Amino acid sequence: MTEFWDIVLAASFWAAALRLATPLIFGTLGALIGERSGVLNLGIEGIMTAGAMTGWLSVHLGAPLWLGIAVAAVAGGTIGLLHAALTVRLGLSQHVTGLGITLFSVSLSSYLYRLYVPASGSPPKITPFAPVHLPVLSDLPWLGPAFFQHTALTWLALLTVLLVAWLLWRTPLGLAIRMAGESPEACEAQGVSVFSLRTGAVVAGSALMAIGGAFLTTAAFDSFYFSMIQGRGWVCIALVVFASWQPGKALLGALLYGMFDAFQLRLQPLVPGVPYQLFLMMPYLLSIAALVLVSRRARVPQALMQPYRPGER
Amino acid sequence: MSISRRNLVAASALIPVLNLVRPAQGQERLKVAGIHTVPVENAWNSRLHEALVNANEAGTIEYVFSESVANTDYVRAMRQYAEQGARLVVGEVYGVEREARQAAKDYPEISFLMGSSLKAQEPNLGVFGTWNHEAAYLCGMLAAAVSKTNTYGAVGGYPIPEINRLINAFRAGVARVRPDAKFLVQFIGTFFDPPKAKEAGMAQIDAGADVLFGERIGTADAAKERGVLAVGSLLDYAPRYPGTVFANALWIFDPILGAAVADVKAGTPTGKDYSQFSFMRFGGNDVSFDPQLVPVDAVAAMEQVRAEIKSGAFEVEIDDSQPT
Repeated sequence: MTEFWDIVLAASFWAAALRLATPLIFGTLGALIGERSGVLNLGIEGIMTAGAMTGWLSVHLGAPLWLGIAVAAVAGGTIGLLHAALTVRLGLSQHVTGLGITLFSVSLSSYLYRLYVPASGSPPKITPFAPVHLPVLSDLPWLGPAFFQHTALTWLALLTVLLVAWLLWRTPLGLAIRMAGESPEACEAQGVSVFSLRTGAVVAGSALMAIGGAFLTTAAFDSFYFSMIQGRGWVCIALVVFASWQPGKALLGALLYGMFDAFQLRLQPLVPGVPYQLFLMMPYLLSIAALVLVSRRARVPQALMQPYRPGER
Repeated sequence: MSISRRNLVAASALIPVLNLVRPAQGQERLKVAGIHTVPVENAWNSRLHEALVNANEAGTIEYVFSESVANTDYVRAMRQYAEQGARLVVGEVYGVEREARQAAKDYPEISFLMGSSLKAQEPNLGVFGTWNHEAAYLCGMLAAAVSKTNTYGAVGGYPIPEINRLINAFRAGVARVRPDAKFLVQFIGTFFDPPKAKEAGMAQIDAGADVLFGERIGTADAAKERGVLAVGSLLDYAPRYPGTVFANALWIFDPILGAAVADVKAGTPTGKDYSQFSFMRFGGNDVSFDPQLVPVDAVAAMEQVRAEIKSGAFEVEIDDSQPT
C-alpha cells in the first residue's frame, strides 16, 4: 500500500498522466464530434498516424512547429473528407470504410515518409515543443511540476475540450450537429443540409485526431516511427462511449486512462515477479470496467452509423 | 508472366541451364537480398541493413531489399528473391520459422541467412542470434562507475531471450563492480512506441534510477530530460543523445554477413549457425563510450575485462531468464 501512495503523491505521476492523456484528449474529441453528427470514424488510428507523420515531416523540412501542427490538421482533415465522401455522400458502411481509411493512411504515411527520409538506423529528429513556463504557476512547489510544466499542445488539448463543449451545447451549429446525429430527417426538415453538417463534423474531427497524432512526434518524442500510434486511436473510440458522447466526460476518461497508464508504468518496477503483461493490461481493464459502469446510462446518438439518404423513409 | 503451374514447370526446365551459364565463382558481385519485417529504422534491422549497405558500397555484394514485409508475406518474398537470382537471402524468420524452412528446402541452390530462435537447417538455411551481451556487460561496468544512486533501470520491449540476456549481462557487469546495486526493469509490450519507452524511463528515474539501460529507443530521451545518463544498445546512440548516452553495447552484423558471403562464394554449405560471429572475439559486438563522461580508472578496468573477453580468458555468462 505504501507503494500506492509513493506513486500517487509524486508530482511526476500527475505530469505523466496528463502527458499520456494529451493525444487521447484530441483523438477522443475528434471521434466525438463525428459521432455526434452520426458518423463513426474508425479511420482514427490511420489519421493519427498521418498527423504524426505530416506534422513531424513539415518541421523536419524546415517549417516552424505550429505550422507543422497546422499541416497535420489539414492532412487529417483531408483524409476525413475522404471518409465523409464515402460514408456520408455514398452512404457506405462506416465500419468498413473507417478500417479501410486506417489501413490506407498508415500505408500512405509510410510511403510518403520513405520518399523524404532515406532508410537509416536512427531516424532524424526535430526540436520538439518545450514545456511552457508559466509565471508563478510553474514554480509552485509540487503543483508546478505536477500540473504547470506542460507543452503548449497539452494546454491546447484542454482548451479544445472547452471549445468543443461550447460549440456543441451553446451554439446553433452545435445543435444542428447533434440533430444530424439524432434525427437527420428533422434536420433536413429545418432546411439544414445533413450532408454538409456530417462532412464538416468528420473533417473537423479528423483534424483534431491528426493533431493528437502530431503531439506524439512533435512534443512527446522527436522522431517519427511507423506504427507508433500503437492502438491509441482505438482507445479513443472506446473513450467516446465511456464519455457518453460528452466532451467533459471525454476529458475525464482520457485523464483516467492516462493515470492508470502512468500508475502501471511506476508500479511495474516496484513489484518484481508479477508478469509485466498484467500491468500493461491495467489501463485497458480499468477502462473496460469503467465503460461497463458508465455506459449503461449512456445515450447513444440515435442516428449513429445510419447513413442518411434524402427522401428515404 | 503469371505464376501458374505450367509456367513453373517450364521455368524449372531452365534451372540446369542457368547453372551452366553461371560465371566462375568469386569474380562476381554476390547478389544478396534483404527481407525486413519492419522498416529498416528499427534498431535491430538497421544493423543488418547497415552492414549490407556497407558491403554493397564496398563492392563485395549487390544488395536489394524489401522492408515492412508482413510475416504472412515473408515466405513469398523469400521465394521471389530466390527466383529472381539472389544467391543469399538475409532476414529474420522469428515469426515464420517452419514455413521458411520449408521454402528453403525448395531452393537448395540459394543460401538463406536468417535471424532465428531455432536451429539451422542443412544444407542452406543458416541462422544467427543477436549476441551483444559481452558489450552490455562492459557497459554495466562503466555504468557502475557513473551512478550515484547505485540504482539502474532498464526498459525492454518484450522479455524475449535476446533482450533478457542483454539486461542480465548489463546487470552482471554492474554487480561485478558494485555487488550491492539495485536494479529496476520494465517491459512496455511493444517494439515501436518511443513515447511509451520514454514514460517508462521517467518512471524508473522517479524510482531512483540514475542510469538507464535503453534497450528501446525513447529511454534515453527520459534520461536526457531528467539529466541522468543512459546506455544504448545495438547501435551507437551517442550522436543522437550527446552528453546523455555515455556508452553503447554495439552489435555489429558485418562479421556474420562476411562469413556467410565467403561461404557462398566458396561453395561451402551455409546451413549452419553463424551466431559465434556475433561474439567479441570476431568483432561482432563491442562497447563504445564517451571518455568525457566516464572516469579514467573505470575505463581501464573495463578495458582489461574487454581484453580478457577477446582472448577467451573471461566469458560473460549467458542468462536468458527474465530479469525481475
